[in-house]
Amino acid sequence: MYIIKILFRNALRHKLRTTLTVVGVIIAVLAFGLLRTVITTWYMSVEASAANRLWTRNSVSLILPLPIAYKDKIRQIEGVRSVSHITWFGGIYIDEKNFFAQFAVEPQTYMEAFPEYYIPPEQKAAMLRDRKGAVAGRKLAQRYGWKLGNVITLKGTIYPGTWEFTLRGIYEGTRKDADETVFFFHWDYLNETLKKTAKGMEDQVGSFIVITKNLEDVTGVVQRIDNSFKNSLAETLTETEKAFVLGFISMTDAIITAIEFVSFVVIAIILAVVANTMAMTARERIGEYAILKTLGFGWFKIAGLIFGESLVISVMGCALGIGLTFPIADVFGAAMGQYFPAFNVTLETIYMDIATSIIVGLLAAIIPCWHAIKTPVAGGLRRIG
Amino acid sequence: MERKNPIVQIKHVSKSYRRGSQIVPVLNDITVDINEGEFLALMGPSGSGKSTLLNLIAGIDRVDSGSILVDGVEITGLVETELANWRANHVGFVFQFYNLIPVLTAFENVELPLLLTRLTRKERKKHVEIALAAVNLSHRLAHYPAQLSGGEQQRVAIARAVVTDPTILVADEPTGDLDRKSAEEIMDLMDGLNRELGKTIIMVTHDPRAAQKAYVIRHLDKGVLNDVHHQNSV
Repeated sequence: MYIIKILFRNALRHKLRTTLTVVGVIIAVLAFGLLRTVITTWYMSVEASAANRLWTRNSVSLILPLPIAYKDKIRQIEGVRSVSHITWFGGIYIDEKNFFAQFAVEPQTYMEAFPEYYIPPEQKAAMLRDRKGAVAGRKLAQRYGWKLGNVITLKGTIYPGTWEFTLRGIYEGTRKDADETVFFFHWDYLNETLKKTAKGMEDQVGSFIVITKNLEDVTGVVQRIDNSFKNSLAETLTETEKAFVLGFISMTDAIITAIEFVSFVVIAIILAVVANTMAMTARERIGEYAILKTLGFGWFKIAGLIFGESLVISVMGCALGIGLTFPIADVFGAAMGQYFPAFNVTLETIYMDIATSIIVGLLAAIIPCWHAIKTPVAGGLRRIG
Repeated sequence: MERKNPIVQIKHVSKSYRRGSQIVPVLNDITVDINEGEFLALMGPSGSGKSTLLNLIAGIDRVDSGSILVDGVEITGLVETELANWRANHVGFVFQFYNLIPVLTAFENVELPLLLTRLTRKERKKHVEIALAAVNLSHRLAHYPAQLSGGEQQRVAIARAVVTDPTILVADEPTGDLDRKSAEEIMDLMDGLNRELGKTIIMVTHDPRAAQKAYVIRHLDKGVLNDVHHQNSV
């Protein structure tokens, strides 16, 4: 208790310097926490992927479509329980900056394939009845203030024309990491329109979503699907959902590496700030350390005081930084909702914050401590007066 | 009655400092005994080596050659950790600039050396109160050094020095930063510690009035101990 009292009193001796250092640590913890959360969010869909969900796409490229006729063939393959499909629409809502994911899907099978999206039964039924109906995630509907029955107009980019949808449902994620920013509508509506307006683009889908009967047979099902379409005009590549999402993420490897690098640069900077504070502190207190040594305090106790004070500053900043991370992450998540559908600070990030601040506190004290211990008692006493 | 039992034995001690490329001799083959219960004043001009000799006796500096025995322990042979433990148990310090820890109250400053003992919190409290009462500061327990006068700070420093009941008490210019009245109070206190409690005191001073309280006065000049002058009996 006595030692803790000394540590806090020492840490607060230069209030302005300590405050500025703590503010530095708070900003670093905030920046580090938010950057780590960006990375976590990036990988969130990997964590959220279902083990029994497979994605079948064109083996040449993800942007090339597959014939809808494949659906029935896949459905008949051994080990397949159900098949749905999904097609990227890529429309513009009012302005290009209003980006959100839009998919043409087969609503019945799509909603069955993704049980993590909950739609109230009456809304589900309304969606299935209305060929021009659409469903939006809760956060997306909130962002644009959409209500059930609103007409939402998208301007096609891949599929030319102006497309009107009536909002029939708003889904909510049953898990915290579920993406609530997706907009989906009937593929039939898209396809029937294309038959009239864009000959050659009809009867095609982006990817098939395959649900397997059991987890043990996933590899077998993958092989059987791809073997079925070997030497066809559109060969397939089937992957587990996790591999499919990781493939997406690998396209942004450089960005993630850059974010990770920046997050560690932030730590390096704050290490320098805390180390500078501790160096000044220890230099000013060489005389006091000499007095303590004179009284019989050994090097271990002197080191404890310096390391303790450094930890008080870094941990104080860390605690306040963590406290601020949550509200700021909420604001950041709301502002960047179109890019980060579920921006949640994970417990792992908090543990990293704590571990980092402890490491910073310890590293920052090493050189000042070494200096304080090595200074002879008589030399230290001469600095007083 | 004069006590003849030597508690500090200094034998052929030499010490020099390096200043850049130069070696500056400070103490030159000093041999002297200090008896138990003695109040010794070391006097001499600035740079004569008196503070260096005091530091060597107190085990906060190292000799170049020679040996120092305190109460039978050859402190010149101890390693740093042993020396720290020895200082905690055997030496009380009083400095010119008091050297109190500014973030601790008078009570906490006096308690500081007791943290290195096995005393319980309650026992420590009792010791601290006795020590502060002995220097007439029972009413200033919760005050920080900055709230005390120079004389009061030095009294706290004396209480801190004696609270562990050390074998020797060393004082480096204890009145050097005080006005005349406060200096007299401090010297009276030290005199009382020596006469009433039998504390062995080794004091470095420039102040002839302070030195008058000592039983033995020794002069140091250019690293050599000169005359000895006995003026009071204990």
